[in-house]
Amino acid sequence: MTAPPLAESSPRRGGGVLRHVAGKLGGALAGLAGVVVLGFFLFRLIPGDPTVTMTRGRQVDEAQIAELRALHGYDRPIVEQFGQYVGGLLHGDMGTSLFYRRTVAELIAERVWPTLLLVGTSTLIAVTLGLWLGIRGAWRRDSPFDRASTGVALVGWAMPAFWLGMLLSMATGNLFPSGGMRFSNTPPDFWSQALDVAHHMVLPCLTLIAVVYAQYQLVMRSSLLEEMNADYLTTARAKGLRDDQVRRRHAVPNALLPTVTLVFLHIGLVVTGAITVETVFSWPGLGLLTYEALAGPDLPLLQGTFVVLAGSVIVMNVLADLLYQVLDPRVRAS
Amino acid sequence: MTSIVWQRRRAAVGSTWRDFTRDRGGLIGLVVLGAVVVLALLAPLVTDPAALDVTKAAGERWQPPSGEYWFGTDHTGRSVLLLTWWGSRISLLVGLTATVLSVMIGTLVGITAAHFGGWPSAGLMWVTSFFLVLPSLVLAIALSSVLPRGIWTIVLAIAVTSWASTARLVRAQTLSVEARPYIERARVLGGGHAHVIGRHVLPAVLPLVFVNTTLTVANAIVAEATLSFLGLGDPAAVSWGSMLRAANLHGAVSQRAWWFLLPPGLGVVVVVLTFTLVGRALETVLNPRLRGDR
Repeated sequence: MTAPPLAESSPRRGGGVLRHVAGKLGGALAGLAGVVVLGFFLFRLIPGDPTVTMTRGRQVDEAQIAELRALHGYDRPIVEQFGQYVGGLLHGDMGTSLFYRRTVAELIAERVWPTLLLVGTSTLIAVTLGLWLGIRGAWRRDSPFDRASTGVALVGWAMPAFWLGMLLSMATGNLFPSGGMRFSNTPPDFWSQALDVAHHMVLPCLTLIAVVYAQYQLVMRSSLLEEMNADYLTTARAKGLRDDQVRRRHAVPNALLPTVTLVFLHIGLVVTGAITVETVFSWPGLGLLTYEALAGPDLPLLQGTFVVLAGSVIVMNVLADLLYQVLDPRVRAS
Repeated sequence: MTSIVWQRRRAAVGSTWRDFTRDRGGLIGLVVLGAVVVLALLAPLVTDPAALDVTKAAGERWQPPSGEYWFGTDHTGRSVLLLTWWGSRISLLVGLTATVLSVMIGTLVGITAAHFGGWPSAGLMWVTSFFLVLPSLVLAIALSSVLPRGIWTIVLAIAVTSWASTARLVRAQTLSVEARPYIERARVLGGGHAHVIGRHVLPAVLPLVFVNTTLTVANAIVAEATLSFLGLGDPAAVSWGSMLRAANLHGAVSQRAWWFLLPPGLGVVVVVLTFTLVGRALETVLNPRLRGDR
């Protein structure tokens, strides 16, 4: 669908869009600042003395606690700590992990790619599958296919991701590796490595897809159902278009809009799914890193993963807003 | 006058109930849910909690289902049937209390933001949209990792992170109710904030809140299972999430102990599904726009 040509003509329009984009970006910056403050509040203020939380259930003497406190700067005034924390974040410094004895930034940089690979692949497949099922279901509303696929989607939605992961892992037996990302004895050339990673990724990917595709399907279905009685579809049919042409060229593009932004809005849900799925399959990503940090609890590391995960979700939301601008001529023109 | 109001309300409840029973999925969900709740309540009367104690475990470890242990035994020799049964109590308790708390926060924030307006309202809406965007489970994990372990920590963590969608819904509904002439009439007649909110806004908003509650419970129960699975639950309490954690830690997958894996997970699925079905049915009844032309 092309935009009406009059959208280009008004000279004031460009300024409106710019102001809108600037507003969105400002909101996003405020959101990121909120995450940073929340990170400080959660991991420095709530625990009272973070060293006590971190050494809970361990045998430590006063001298060790004092050393730990000095190492992380917990003995300084709270305002100074906040200043150091924000200043560090701006330089990409998120402190040092207690457990790994390495910088948090380094650990996160190392673990971010496996998560991106897993989340990206499963989101792509889940969106394609969900949209296709949603469109088919809505087009033949209340058909056996519609009822069955909606039922399956609801069951998938109700399942905890980690449970499904364990079931799949047990059901497939030795067909797929039970954890990790690659075997150590795989030849170092690119294709063997890629094949090995793909082999390891099958089960975590399947689990994530099964748990998240339902929302795309349900939203696509209800969004298309709202378009079903629209007059322009009657017109399209009256022109003599075939049924699937009406669907593909007229109904679906209009119904797709809310769904496209939803893909970005729900990335937060995929991220939370990834935490437990990575835990079950020992997939070496940010989710597993969070789980490992919980065992300590390794507060500096937890703080780092929290800021990165929450921050990236906020960035995704801004992208969704901006994308909506580009895609929807009605919003673009207003 | 009050009796007329009550008659009308009773009639409204009656017609809502009749519409609800027409939705087969919702009715099935309600019946199954009732059965699960009754079973959970009966657990202390019918069974002996002493059998949950690891030191008093009577059976062999990893025993498949048999006549004596219908669902087999876990890694310490406890009956999986008994664990699942008692686990339902914690899962339902946490799910329900967290939801009540979350819906209360959401309703309060939503009505305040819509009713009073001005900069406090703008601030509240900013906080709401911030919490709406934030991945709630990531925040819940962070919150329960710094607070002392226990089921009330989990309740708090889930409630504090999941109220935002309720707040947005309640705010929209409050705004639309307060734009109606009868609110203006009440104000002109001298009704204060408490009167307008208590007598007019709340009754109009509550049905929507109720629907929202049933759908929130589903999320809260999955969240509880997830937090317990990650080891953030009460270590002493048996819940479906903590059973699955034990199954994962003690290698139920490599032991092929399907009898330890299936019951707690199915419990979560069944309870979540019934709440979703009931919620969807209620939504259809209370929101006529969703009603199909069947």
